[in-house]
Amino acid sequence: MTLGTLSAQISDYANRANPYPLYAELRKHPVTREDDGSYLVSTYYEVRNLANDPRLSNDTRNRAPEARRPDPGEEAGLPPSFIFTDPPVHDRLRGAANRPFGPPHSPRFLYGLRGDLARVVTDLLDAFEGKDEVDIVDDFAYPLPVTAICKVLGVPREDEPRFHGWADALAAGIDPQPGYSEEQVATARQGLNVYLSDLIEASRRRPRPGILSALAPETGPGGGMTPADLVATAALLLIAGHETTVNLIANTTLTLLRHPDILRRFQNEPDLAVPLIEEVLRYEPPVQFVPWTTALDDIDVAGTTIPKGAPVWLMLAAANRDPQRFEDPDRFDPDRKDNQHLGFYTGIHYCFGAPLARMEALIALPQLFRRIKNPRLLEDPPPYRTNAVLRGPRHLPVAIEGLAP
Amino acid sequence: MSAEADVDVLRREGRIVVVGASLAGLRAAETLRAKGFTGSLTMIGDEPYEPYDRPPLSKQVLLGREEAGDTALPRRRDIDAEWILGVAAEGLDRDTKRVRLANGDTVPYDRLLITTGTRARRWFVPEQAALDGVFVLRTRDDAARLYRKLAAGPSRVLVIGAGFAGSEVASACRERGLEVTVAELGPAPLVGALGGVIGAVAARLQRSHGVDLRCGVSVTALEGDRAGRLRRAHLSDGSAIDVGVAVTALGAIRNTEWLDGSGLAAGPRWGIACDAGCRAFDANGIVTDDIYAAGDVARSPHPLFDYEFLALEHWGNAVEQAEIAAHNMICAGPDRRPHLWLPMFWSAQFGVNIKSVGVPTLGDQLVIAQGTLAEERFVAVYGYHGRVIAAASFDGAKWLGFYQEQIENAAPFPPEYRVVDGRTEKPQPVDPEFPDPHLPTHGATVRLTGHSPSEQRVEFVPRRA
Repeated sequence: MTLGTLSAQISDYANRANPYPLYAELRKHPVTREDDGSYLVSTYYEVRNLANDPRLSNDTRNRAPEARRPDPGEEAGLPPSFIFTDPPVHDRLRGAANRPFGPPHSPRFLYGLRGDLARVVTDLLDAFEGKDEVDIVDDFAYPLPVTAICKVLGVPREDEPRFHGWADALAAGIDPQPGYSEEQVATARQGLNVYLSDLIEASRRRPRPGILSALAPETGPGGGMTPADLVATAALLLIAGHETTVNLIANTTLTLLRHPDILRRFQNEPDLAVPLIEEVLRYEPPVQFVPWTTALDDIDVAGTTIPKGAPVWLMLAAANRDPQRFEDPDRFDPDRKDNQHLGFYTGIHYCFGAPLARMEALIALPQLFRRIKNPRLLEDPPPYRTNAVLRGPRHLPVAIEGLAP
Repeated sequence: MSAEADVDVLRREGRIVVVGASLAGLRAAETLRAKGFTGSLTMIGDEPYEPYDRPPLSKQVLLGREEAGDTALPRRRDIDAEWILGVAAEGLDRDTKRVRLANGDTVPYDRLLITTGTRARRWFVPEQAALDGVFVLRTRDDAARLYRKLAAGPSRVLVIGAGFAGSEVASACRERGLEVTVAELGPAPLVGALGGVIGAVAARLQRSHGVDLRCGVSVTALEGDRAGRLRRAHLSDGSAIDVGVAVTALGAIRNTEWLDGSGLAAGPRWGIACDAGCRAFDANGIVTDDIYAAGDVARSPHPLFDYEFLALEHWGNAVEQAEIAAHNMICAGPDRRPHLWLPMFWSAQFGVNIKSVGVPTLGDQLVIAQGTLAEERFVAVYGYHGRVIAAASFDGAKWLGFYQEQIENAAPFPPEYRVVDGRTEKPQPVDPEFPDPHLPTHGATVRLTGHSPSEQRVEFVPRRA
């Protein structure tokens, strides 16, 4: 598929390390019509309002036929996962997935995982012993979320090498210019489906910890899910759990190493972690934009009419640096007041895993920066992943001078 | 001295008195300090407690998830105030600028903010209201007493009145596994706030959760035993129910009696009339410049709703109005801001989140824009003379920001665009079925005196009970 002029530049890997000048360019107009017929929305209030506008659909089947993209799930005979649906289907599936995951039915579930995850962090850091160079992505930021999502779902951690590649390929599927062929994505979808179907079947026969067992269609309170819904939901959570928190942790590390004054403060003041992580979610959001929404009707936004059926891209990272909303938006400032960023999106599709992501970052980052001594960036900018939507470093090599106990 | 210089002196060394130490009073005090007021600040409250939050009282507290004593409002900042708690204000002398207290003290002010709020309307027969087992629910003490009674496991609870408060109590009782009868004079629960169409959904919700809901009936008498304990309730349809607990949820009375004789436009029914800048009117309709009102007790004109004077018993309104009042109290005229908050409230009952924005009661038409009444998950949009005037949702609160914008922009009604979860191409407007507003009320409470325009004044007529 060919993209419009600006969206092609955003997708261009050459701009991956610093897309912010492009976003500033975009913000000159709240709504930009691209020559391929899609509309990019880049200013804070317009993005926020559209994300909460019932005339905007997350179901790409509402697009004009020429603007539709092949959905690997659909080709594999699966219903779309709830992120790609609208109410009432969305509310039913997300509600069912939430029952074992969070309040009101399971308010203690995530809290109960904290001890386990803190031990994982300690083990990962212990393995830094004796090294003078580490890759924060491969050695730390990636293994933690993977372990976490496996625990949350009840997926065996040792299967990770099997589904790592599938998750990567499928995450690329939401990218406007995926680094994978349609065939590769379809194969990944097939592989993950079979794997998850088998796992769900096994956990139905012998329940294990994690929400998959709680959702097993015949037994769980999520009885409203068909077996196919359940596979689609499990795949969504597994992929999202893999591909986003890794960016949050890596982006925070990178940002701190670029701001030594704030890093020193953080090391003396671990409670700074809470506002610090929120500021990273504003300043370097792990999900940069949402390119899959569609106008269900003509929508007037800031003087432009987005026509019915048009693809709409909500540029979260651009909105997060809108000077109309945030004072001095290009400054990284963990003391920022009223930081209502869009890093987790907003509205009914607000990130399902946000409480888990925050918890992981809050467990991981204070310990990381308490223990590593004199960390120094070895490459700036570091090499980035190809994905423009789920943007983050592919590697983050850091020199250290030992490890505190 | 110029008005600006006056304001400067006031900000530095003025005396501000806040009567009413609850949400609105506290937020106003915090705002005054945040905006640089360094004079003396006195907070007067008739309860012995520092400001606490009320929404949990009818929900978490009755369920035993939170202690009534743990609902203290979080402080945004230190307010460095003198607190006079457990003492009611008893009178206001506008000539000498003093508040008279029940203990005989007087407190002088340069600026007065009235945030005395409302109290629960009690059962109309005092001897019956005094029976052990008859409750109202408004204060922290009310909630603690009712919680203890519910925890003792009464065989049946009677809730009189199915507005939001009554429905929340009924919901909490069912969640505790108690048998509940709800008696409502209107045709359905919530009918006064949201109309009969939505009320019918609320009725179904109550019944499906095991509430014995009786509509179109009133309670005629509460009967006690010799020891003074509630035993039975008699209904207007001739039936009687054996109950040990009755919660009367018959709406609120604005706390204005202490202002009788002050010459302010204040009454228990309509509260304190004030302008959009929160300055109170005197009884002649002339605005004062040193007396302000905010929160449940205030009634002010709203341009979006034909300048109708709205009194709102809404948490968010109390906060916003208090902030505006505080700002305006220590500003010169041109810097003052209007209170244009869009009415908004929420409730949690029977597992459903109910939220409303705008003024549904003004609605002359209604469409279900998203979801369905049958699924008890929907957004209802209210129209008034062809524009959108309000919206109410059951488990759909996240959409209300959009409808709020429609209200603010006086968008045409009925809406004609496609939306997610819209079930019909063009939803058909129906009558929202509000009760007839022309039902008898308390009658006139003011009259004009004097003959020539220069001597005409307004005089209060004593309230008939």
